[in-house]
Amino acid sequence: MAGLMVVSSRNPVHSVLFLILAFFNAAGLFILLNAEFLAMLLVVVYVGAVAVLFLFVVMMLDINYSELREGFQKYRSLGLLIGAVLLVELLATFFEYSGNVKSLPSPGAVHNTKALGQVIYTDYIYLFQLAGLILLVAMIGAIALTLRKRSGVRKQVIADQNSRTRAETVKLAKVETGAGVKEAS
Amino acid sequence: MIEQWLIDLAWMIAKILAVVVPLLIAVAYLTLAERRVIGFMQLRKGPNVVGPFGMFQPFADALKLMAKETILPAGADKVVFIIAPMLTFILALVAWAVIPFDAGLVLADINVGILYLFAISSLGVYGVIMAGWASNSKYAFLGALRSAAQMVSYEVSMGLVIINVLICVGSLNLSDIIEAQRDMWFALPLLPMFIVFFISTLAETNRAPFDLPEGESELVAGYFVEYSSMSFALFFLGEYANMILMSAMTTVLFLGGWLPPFDFAPFTWIPGPIWFVLKIMLCLFVFLWVRATTPRYRYDQLMRLGWKIFLPFSLIYVVLTAGFLMAFDKLPVIGG
Repeated sequence: MAGLMVVSSRNPVHSVLFLILAFFNAAGLFILLNAEFLAMLLVVVYVGAVAVLFLFVVMMLDINYSELREGFQKYRSLGLLIGAVLLVELLATFFEYSGNVKSLPSPGAVHNTKALGQVIYTDYIYLFQLAGLILLVAMIGAIALTLRKRSGVRKQVIADQNSRTRAETVKLAKVETGAGVKEAS
Repeated sequence: MIEQWLIDLAWMIAKILAVVVPLLIAVAYLTLAERRVIGFMQLRKGPNVVGPFGMFQPFADALKLMAKETILPAGADKVVFIIAPMLTFILALVAWAVIPFDAGLVLADINVGILYLFAISSLGVYGVIMAGWASNSKYAFLGALRSAAQMVSYEVSMGLVIINVLICVGSLNLSDIIEAQRDMWFALPLLPMFIVFFISTLAETNRAPFDLPEGESELVAGYFVEYSSMSFALFFLGEYANMILMSAMTTVLFLGGWLPPFDFAPFTWIPGPIWFVLKIMLCLFVFLWVRATTPRYRYDQLMRLGWKIFLPFSLIYVVLTAGFLMAFDKLPVIGG
């Protein structure tokens, strides 16, 4: 339902808010499956961090609604095709597995936080580290693409400021009465 | 059967009220305490006229706010505009479900309690950002953007600090975290992390010296400029309830929750919930003290502190803590 509202609401900010609602529903499903650790992680990571950035970008964008409408007309057939393929896959999986769910480990036997830790950090540690490395490379790539040095920008160098001493910045001068100060420096 | 179900429901609602009502009274008196404490620190008296020591001031304020008109700005997105303060307030209340007041005295003793708290506090951004956007006002929007960036940034270092504590405990359950501090509060061995965590909570609740989202001198009042009467009051209550929540979180993680400071006679006579409340009050006093004594940070300094100092520092400390526990073979045995 929330997913439907994501794509159908006119205002992109409302779309993102409904997307957040959809994330919440997913978290609720995880809790129903006794996977409370994953549910909390979903809320922290997706709702707490990713969706905030989404919201940031969407709020900043200046979106032309009529242009969006034209795009919708153009890509409708392609979108419907992809949607149909996904729907068929989903139905196939559903009918395949709806009978036998006994492959799931019995919930409650193992603390699911511990089970997850066991799988990620012990059984599949190399694959996990590899995934982390790929993400790191992607992050560095994004930074490298967007970082540029501009000249003429005044920046505060905090180390320089902190290393200044009283002697080199403040000069005490005894001004003679009635004489005034000749030079400012 | 149906009667049993009704009794259970009534009992649950009674328990929830037993947490929420004292919390709301605490919020009311926290606003008074803030004005009085800051007043005394600035050598003036603060509100002292309504009732003895100004004790009825919060109720007078509440009455005033309720009697005012709720204004919906013309260009505002009405639904989001109304949901935002409600969201802020609700989030500040639901988090209390997992806070343990004494051994076993907790509404929901869930396994991932600390993650639940962390998730709820990370949702606090939405109330702010929705309010700022829906107000359709430049000041509110700027305040909301600042606040969102600030809260997201400081959450990262808060998460790493929590990982530090978790390494020492070996459980995500809040009661287990407190029980693990029976011999020594984590505030002592993890003192640098305690300080980092406290400063992060200041930033997370948008309190001085990190109250840039409100920044009166530049943004009027930040994200809630356009709000009036009860919708404003909900933001206000939400902010103070969040302060109390963050203090409770600090108490649970670092100050040993309901445990007395020393585990022998004169200290163990005082029951756990009273210790818990006393510790929260201590944290709240430091909140007010900081507000009365520090000037506001500049925005780039705030970001520098969060990303370039707290984040690497707490990350290194995670490695150090883990290494220390490994080296001395003190890693907690993880319960199944």
